[in-house]
Amino acid sequence: MSDNTDARDRYWQKTRNLTIVILVLWAFFSLFIPLIVSPLNNLTFLGFPLGYYMIAQGSLIAFVLLIVIQNWRQDAIDREFGFDEE
Amino acid sequence: MALMQGRFIDNIGRVYGLYTGGFLVFIILMAILEQLGVSANTIGVLFVAFTIGIYAVIGWLSRTMEVDAYYVAGRQVPAVYNGMATAADWMSGASFVAMAGGIFFGGYGYMAYIIGWTGGYVLVNSLMAPYLRKFGCYTVPDFIGTRYGGNLTRLFAVVVLVVASFTYVTAQIDATGTIAARVLQIPYSVGVWFGLLSILLCSMLGGMRAVTWTQVAQYIVLIVAYLVPVIWMSNVQDFGIIPHFTYGEAASTMRELEAQFGLNPPAEAIPGLSVLTTPHTSPVGALAEWRFITLALCMMAGTASLPHILMRYFTTPSVRSARKSVGWSLFFIFLLYFTAPALATLTKLQLLDPNLPTAVIGKPFEEVASLAWIQNWSSVGFLAIADQNGDGILQLNEFFMRPDIVVLATPEIAGLPYVISGLVAAGGMAAAMSTADGLLLAIANALSHDLYYKIIDPKADTAVRLIVARVLLVGIGAIGALIASLQLTSILGAVAWAFCFACSGLFFPLALGVWWKRANRQGALAGMFAGFVAGSAYLYYVYNGGTPWLGLDDVRFGIIGMAASLVAMVVVTLMTPEPDEEIQRMVDETRVPVGEPIIVHKH
Repeated sequence: MSDNTDARDRYWQKTRNLTIVILVLWAFFSLFIPLIVSPLNNLTFLGFPLGYYMIAQGSLIAFVLLIVIQNWRQDAIDREFGFDEE
Repeated sequence: MALMQGRFIDNIGRVYGLYTGGFLVFIILMAILEQLGVSANTIGVLFVAFTIGIYAVIGWLSRTMEVDAYYVAGRQVPAVYNGMATAADWMSGASFVAMAGGIFFGGYGYMAYIIGWTGGYVLVNSLMAPYLRKFGCYTVPDFIGTRYGGNLTRLFAVVVLVVASFTYVTAQIDATGTIAARVLQIPYSVGVWFGLLSILLCSMLGGMRAVTWTQVAQYIVLIVAYLVPVIWMSNVQDFGIIPHFTYGEAASTMRELEAQFGLNPPAEAIPGLSVLTTPHTSPVGALAEWRFITLALCMMAGTASLPHILMRYFTTPSVRSARKSVGWSLFFIFLLYFTAPALATLTKLQLLDPNLPTAVIGKPFEEVASLAWIQNWSSVGFLAIADQNGDGILQLNEFFMRPDIVVLATPEIAGLPYVISGLVAAGGMAAAMSTADGLLLAIANALSHDLYYKIIDPKADTAVRLIVARVLLVGIGAIGALIASLQLTSILGAVAWAFCFACSGLFFPLALGVWWKRANRQGALAGMFAGFVAGSAYLYYVYNGGTPWLGLDDVRFGIIGMAASLVAMVVVTLMTPEPDEEIQRMVDETRVPVGEPIIVHKH
């Protein structure tokens, strides 16, 4: 029982750390980038003003990738602790 | 019945493949009919009638009298298809009909909706969906009521859910009414009831199961309808087959055109219609950045608290497939949302760029007034041009338009054949209907499962519960249609309110329910109550002309609500005893993806 509880605690710690990393990246793309759009607009990317590009596409692509990466890492954590059988 | 059981799930790819092929054939058939001289109105009617007919057939085939099928589609929806259904559930009339128009007129500031409505899924995936799926609830108040215990907590959650979803559903019924009015040439007040009838066809008999499979079908229609005109326009303007990565030049040109024509308010405003006054690519004005991120934050937290979205993840077979399905949802939503700014930019260019034959700004007034699309939309009051400075030339601030119609009017503005307009109308209808279905079901399920079954009559048998659920569905739909016909605010405004209501009342009680074991009943009650009341009071204050604090206007009241909710929940929780061992064990179980669900439903 204590082993089991211990494994669960470690599982949850890993899950929580992963979630924190993802949420920090999420905040960067959703809350920080909009603050620096005007300076970014002086740069050009694929012909777009960069700041506009990040809001219209860049951050959106980042969100999709964040979920993909999170699920890939979470699956690995689940496997490590034997929580992956469906 | 047999069609929707194992056999259907096994053949699901083939079924929807055939359906998509059939839809494309139908579009080609319509194009041929148009060439043969069939009138534009007939084609529009055929598009809307054909697609609604298909949804109705799916709704009929999915009818059920089983509780599990009615509430959670039997928990057997594969991740990819649940992703499509969620995308349709999610992308409302506001996304489809109003968002590109919002960007067209609102410029850069409106793109906070794009960030908010995609970034929110990272929160759904990180904080909510996998854990709520493990919990095994039928509805969102089911989670709140079981995690914190007590009928009062359940009741509070039901109240917040109903207010948020109901605000949202009126906007959707309004959108179906607008489209039906334009396509079928009927008065708006009749269109609203026609829209409601089509919505109920999809959900009444089969509950969540029927809504799931119609939403997949609706997603296919709406994404085809959104992408085709943009790709077509892009080719006409030489931006290539996939404009998304190549319209950068257009975005840059926009700055020059804005400088050339001048972004000035009109000499004399026309109520309900807008002129272009905000720049396209950068924030402007005091607090612009702050206003952007507060709006985005309200929309993101709202996404992660809106019950009609969260409950879609209750339908997957496992925790892992719930997570996968969030990824698919965002991918399918992304396809539309990264197209919306492209659509807004290209349409604006059509009207402004003097090198394009479709340009109207800077052209002689009489010439513009004789264009067919100007006359069509003017006649229903959605568009107006007025030579207010009397120089005989249409200036930028003399072109008035209702932002909601930009997407619907784009094919006509760009001079595309009418078959594209019919397709877009069918797409807008699909978007609004699918969201309305999800919302109506979320409300009716919360009232029938949480209020009626769990609180009022726990001994009610299955047949009675399912009849109550259906009666509520029809009743709520009717009230929604009635209120929609009053037209209180524009489509996008009412939608933003729904997100603010949801995040004010539900975000922290839901997230902390999983992530903070110490959170207890008193804290959750205080969090829901304080958040909802503070948010609503602030909305009342600004809506009635109060001066917004820090630029937090009526579409950002969720910031006030969430702050109040978080403080109240943490303070009250820490002042009261921690939850008992049983609840703590429940939270531990929720955090592990395997094992029995927390709630085991007895039928």
